[in-house]
Amino acid sequence: MADKARTVSKGTVRQTNLAWRRLGRAFRLYISRAQLAGAVLLAVLGFATTAQVQSLRADDEFATADRPDLIQMLDGLQQRTRRLEAEISELEQAKAELASGADRTRTAVEQAETRARTLGILAGTLPASGPGIRLTISDSQSAVTASLILNTIEELRDAGAEAIEINDKVRVVAGSYVLDGQGGILVDGLLIPPPYTIDAIGDARTLSTAMRIPGGVVDEVAQKGGLATVLEPRSVQIDSLHRPVAPRYARPAPEKESGSNK
Amino acid sequence: MIATIGLFVGVIAGLLLQPSVPLWLQPYLPIAVVAALDAVFGGVRALVDGIFDDKVFFVSFIGNVLVAALIVYLGDQLGVGAQLSTGVVVVLGIRIFSNMAAIRRRLFKA
Repeated sequence: MADKARTVSKGTVRQTNLAWRRLGRAFRLYISRAQLAGAVLLAVLGFATTAQVQSLRADDEFATADRPDLIQMLDGLQQRTRRLEAEISELEQAKAELASGADRTRTAVEQAETRARTLGILAGTLPASGPGIRLTISDSQSAVTASLILNTIEELRDAGAEAIEINDKVRVVAGSYVLDGQGGILVDGLLIPPPYTIDAIGDARTLSTAMRIPGGVVDEVAQKGGLATVLEPRSVQIDSLHRPVAPRYARPAPEKESGSNK
Repeated sequence: MIATIGLFVGVIAGLLLQPSVPLWLQPYLPIAVVAALDAVFGGVRALVDGIFDDKVFFVSFIGNVLVAALIVYLGDQLGVGAQLSTGVVVVLGIRIFSNMAAIRRRLFKA
C-alpha cells in the first residue's frame, strides 16, 4: 500500500515537473514558429489592450460612470444651464436697457445742444450768420433819435428778424434798451455814434420790404432829413455778443405736471 | 520567451504611439481583447498540457476575436448590444478562469 502511494506521489511529482519543464522550455530563448506566432499575437493583444485603456483614459470619467451618476451629473448640468440661461437673459436685458438709456441720453444731449444753439442765437450769446439785410442810416443832422432806432428794431422784429446787431458793436436782444445820448444813441449803455448800421438776419426780402414800406423806416428817416439805405448782402455776419446777466427777480417756475413746456 | 517579448513590445508600442481607437472599432475592441485573452490562456493551458500547437493557437486567437466582434455587431444590430457584450464577457471570463484553474492544477496539483 505504501509502495503504491509512493508511486502515485512520484507520478504526480513527475507530472508537475513535466508541466513546469514545458513552461520553462517555452520561456527559453529560442526561435520557433510557435514562439513567433505567440509573439505576434501577444503583441497585437498588448497593443490593442493598451490602446483601449488609453482611449478610455483619454475619454473622461463619464465613459466609466454608471447610470445614476450620469443622471445626477446631467441633472446638475441642466440646472446649471437653466441658471446660466436666466443669467444671460438678465444680462441681455440689462444691456438693452443700458443701450436704450445711452441712446436716450445721446438724443437728449443732441436735443439740448440744438436747443442751446437756438436759444443762444435768440439770446444773443452766440454769433450768427445767414441771409438778411444791412440797413444804414446816415444822420448828418443828429435828427435820428433813439425812438426811431427803437421803431426800426420793432419793425425788423415784426418782419421776422432773428438776430439784430447795431454798428457791429451791440447785439440787440429781448432786454436791450435804446436811449438818446450825447452825439449818438445809447444801446445797452454803449454809445453808438451815427451813422447807424443795423444788421438783421431773417428773410431778406421780407425785411427789406418792411423797411421800404411807405410810411416805414426809410420814409421816416427821410422825413427827418437822414438817409436810409437797405442792402441785401448774400450773408450777414453778426459777431457781437450779448453778455447775459442772471435775472435778479425772475426764477424758473416749478414745472407743471402736465409738462407742457417740454 | 520571444512570445513574452512580443507582448511587451505590443504594450510599449501602444504606450508610445498613443493610438486613438477609430470610432467604428470602439464597440468591438474591448470584447476582442477579452476574447484574445481567452485564447492566450487556452494557449498557455495547452502549453502546460504539452499539446500546444501554433496553428491551433493562431486559429483560436483570430477566431475568438472575429466571433466576439461578430456577436457584438449582431447584438448592436438587434438592439441588445450591451447585454450581449456582457454575456460574451461573462462567458469568456468563465473560460479564462477555468483555463486558469486547469493551468494551476497542472502546475501545482491543486
